[in-house]
Amino acid sequence: MSDAVPVVDFDTTPEHYRHWTLAAEGDVATLTLAVDEDGGLVPGYELKANSYDLGVDIELYDAIQRVRFEHPEVKTVVLTGGLEKMFCAGANIRMLAQSSHAWKVNFCKFTNETRNGLEDASENSGIRSVAAVNGTAAGGGYEIALACDEIVLIDDGSSTVSLPEVPLLGVLPGTGGLTRVVDKRHVRKDRADLFATKAEGFRGQTAVDWGLVDSTVPRNRFAEHVAGRARVLAEGSSRPGGPGVALTPLVRSEADDAISYSHVTATIDRAARRVDIEVRGPESDPPADADGVRALGVDWWPMTVTRELDDLVLRLRTNETGIGTWVIRTSGDTDRVLAHDAQLADLDDWYVAEVRHYWKRTLKRLDVTSRSLIAVIEPGSCFAGMLAELALACDRQYMLDGVYEDVDPDAEPATIVLTAANDGAFPMGNGLSRLESRFWGRDDELAAVRKAVGDRLDARRADELGLVTWALDDLDLGDELRIALEERASLSPDALTGMEANHRFVGPETVESKIFGRLTAWQNWIFYRPNASGPDGALRRYGSGQRGSYDYQRV
Amino acid sequence: MTTDGRTGPAPVPTGPLSKIDYSERIPNNVNLADDRRLQRALEGWQPKFLDWWKTLGPALPTKDVYLRTAIAVGRDGWAHFDHVPMEDYRWGIFLAERDPDRVVSFGKHRGEPAWQEVPGEHRADLMRLIVIQGDTEPASVEQQRVLGNTAPSIYDLRNLFQVNVEEGRHLWAMVYLLHAYFGREGREEAEQLLKRNSGDLDSPRILGAFNEATTDWLQFFMFTYFTDRDGKYQLGTLKESAFDPLARTCEFMLKEEAHHMFVGTTGVQRIVERTAEVMKEKGGAATFEDGVIPLDVIQKYLNFQFSVSMDLFGGEQSTNAGNYYSSGLKGRWQETRRKDDHVLLEDTRTMRYVEDGEIREKEVPMLSALNLDLRDEYVADCANGVRRWNQALEEAGLDERLILPHEGFNRRVGTYSQHHVSPEGQVLTDEEWASVRDGYLPSDQDRADVATLMVPEYEYGKFAGWIAPPLTGINDQPVEFDYVHLAEEGLV
Repeated sequence: MSDAVPVVDFDTTPEHYRHWTLAAEGDVATLTLAVDEDGGLVPGYELKANSYDLGVDIELYDAIQRVRFEHPEVKTVVLTGGLEKMFCAGANIRMLAQSSHAWKVNFCKFTNETRNGLEDASENSGIRSVAAVNGTAAGGGYEIALACDEIVLIDDGSSTVSLPEVPLLGVLPGTGGLTRVVDKRHVRKDRADLFATKAEGFRGQTAVDWGLVDSTVPRNRFAEHVAGRARVLAEGSSRPGGPGVALTPLVRSEADDAISYSHVTATIDRAARRVDIEVRGPESDPPADADGVRALGVDWWPMTVTRELDDLVLRLRTNETGIGTWVIRTSGDTDRVLAHDAQLADLDDWYVAEVRHYWKRTLKRLDVTSRSLIAVIEPGSCFAGMLAELALACDRQYMLDGVYEDVDPDAEPATIVLTAANDGAFPMGNGLSRLESRFWGRDDELAAVRKAVGDRLDARRADELGLVTWALDDLDLGDELRIALEERASLSPDALTGMEANHRFVGPETVESKIFGRLTAWQNWIFYRPNASGPDGALRRYGSGQRGSYDYQRV
Repeated sequence: MTTDGRTGPAPVPTGPLSKIDYSERIPNNVNLADDRRLQRALEGWQPKFLDWWKTLGPALPTKDVYLRTAIAVGRDGWAHFDHVPMEDYRWGIFLAERDPDRVVSFGKHRGEPAWQEVPGEHRADLMRLIVIQGDTEPASVEQQRVLGNTAPSIYDLRNLFQVNVEEGRHLWAMVYLLHAYFGREGREEAEQLLKRNSGDLDSPRILGAFNEATTDWLQFFMFTYFTDRDGKYQLGTLKESAFDPLARTCEFMLKEEAHHMFVGTTGVQRIVERTAEVMKEKGGAATFEDGVIPLDVIQKYLNFQFSVSMDLFGGEQSTNAGNYYSSGLKGRWQETRRKDDHVLLEDTRTMRYVEDGEIREKEVPMLSALNLDLRDEYVADCANGVRRWNQALEEAGLDERLILPHEGFNRRVGTYSQHHVSPEGQVLTDEEWASVRDGYLPSDQDRADVATLMVPEYEYGKFAGWIAPPLTGINDQPVEFDYVHLAEEGLV
């Protein structure tokens, strides 16, 4: 295992990509993967055969974001391989073998979020995707294709699609592979079983017949066929065209124990294993209309705060694994938050819609973050509409009833304001709004809360409505919070992660919830087992000429 | 307002000022007047406490009682005597003086500064320990509620009431900790301390021995000797706690507990003396017809109270006790005087248990056996009292002796709970036990016979015939002093 884990930076631009190329021509953009073997994020492995690591995926995430925001003319994205005979070999095995458990888990979480983002772009932004599988797509390579709307496999007599993880590595195809084969592509479970245990996978017509790919065409017609499919998919798209919104570099300042942006600040208390996150509301009223919003671009407050929080979540998750409790506060003018919230909900504009979905995805990142999330709602806070979602995403909500007599006796007591944002605009991975999730199976309480939408809910009403865990006055809140945070920090982080993940996702299952629940949980268990990661485990032995030596006891 | 050089002056009070003068109403050395949260909490709790005292405190109406009350923590301040109406007794909040250099003396935090706040990690455990301790304090007041109606003398009546008000104060001490350090949950627990009641089927006290009725004065003295002594030992372990406010509270409570021990020791002794006197006169066994309590009945009461008090220590082997110790929450009796590493990870000790019908010994890890460690200290202490009582028999020229029963006798908790062991330490079968049980433990008839002797004697200086007068009075007052002024209705 490598201890020399770098601080990971998620900033990149197409000009800086080492592995992907983004080429937008008219309404089709082509993303070509040609991994730089020496471009691994961590020393110790070569990214051979178009295999990827976190650095490769950070570029993919960036590219999809840019298509969404900077290229509103793009209606279809074609993902293809830039190497001979190899579309993508999936996650780099030596990278996995040398990585710590935490690194593997976080890597899988990010790649899953990126795959889900690709599907989200199709479903909600009209950005269709075609996987032009012009060589073998193995494991994570095939899982990228699975996240696309359509898969075209080259029919060259040798290229295959495969999920070789089980037979070769003793782990699962953990980036949605197992789930999407049966749940999205509706491959029969017996065939899925055959497929996932056959290391070399399937080619050509069998892959089509079983539903693993949509079509297979010979090399001489491949490009033409892909282009045709891209055009067909583009026809149904709602993408508007016109100028995009440039994703200019984020302005961020970093110190040992702090990360700050224009509207988000994180202050780390290492001894307490806690970070205090403050999200600040807008300083001014929103622009008059959609033109004004687009003119502001990334400086439109909802976009600014989303980008900053997204970046912070990624950084804390990846670089600060020891900081187990995130305490989230807001500050600012509630009216201005509400004015922006209304724009975000109501303006009929592609960019506004993109920001809305981006905030949704950022909230979803919080939902699947393996940290304890605690909201503190105090005077001066602005948990309204889209920002109230932050409180609802937390595991607990502590609200001050009244004011801090000793600090500012004349302060305005805190309120929470719910809007449409809390009841459908930002669904969770389970398909429910955060209010529906919170009051799952409590229809009367949900109805009561819905009646309170738009009201300024002080601590007492928020408590009565069930929106906060505790409404405490200034004599109690400080101690209660201190003790609760200390208590939290003393509990097993593993048990907390499992507990929180179970509590956060009530109700129905979706492909997404299955990926982050069932698939990921099993994968993380398997990763930890000696059969995978022990000295003689399949993952460690891969490429050594020896197969994994298993303990054959079923568990 | 007190200030000290280290912490500087207490913060200037802010917010609405309370109408209550706390130094007057609730004597304290915890800067109550400066603590808004605590004031508010106690304002809510105090009326409920007074209601409880009026409803479940001493039933016998009195005008006033000659009581000792703590008016300060120092050497002189905690033993101030005066006649006061009991409902006006100034239940105060006193902690022993703070040692600014105090460090944790055991467990994994050994050597670190003592905690002035509750660490979140240990909140639940600390609160549990305080709640269990706090629950016993009002319980005994409830158990002893009607004893005043049958007091053998005004002197004993006064001692009963002194014990009662001090148990009330100990409740205050625990409630103070809950209010001051455990926030909202602490307040809820403090209310529950008044809502649970001894012997209440729906809402009983937490520990079994505190739901047994105190039927008569012999049992009262046995209770104060054996059961209050368990309290003394529990306080002794909490006095070592890394949580400094708990340690200081318990240290002060221990000073008061000494009086309860005195009431129990001398109470039983005076009963034994009186019985011995009659035995000597008769030259044989004394019976109820002689107006005294027969020695074998005293032995049975002793057997009963000792064994149920032994159960209060919990199982011999306890993971909780080990965790409490390692975490620094609860130490051993006289922890700082022990000559070992105060961590105990490698230590072992022997423990007795029953196997194949006999008592055997085995080695167990010390950390797992800390309840047993404390109980052994307790048993050794109990033996002192029994020796003292036997001295009364010896001085009367009698051969009979009281004995402290075997640790396995009549146990409901721990390794012996599945077995029957005689007071002498013989393992008995179920049949054997059934046939001898009434010879070891008070039968209903025994209790009824004792009850017939329980006739009140309210004349100053006079004593019921089954108990000898004490040698001296309280606080250098004569034995016939008017320690209690009964209310008119009390005399009827």
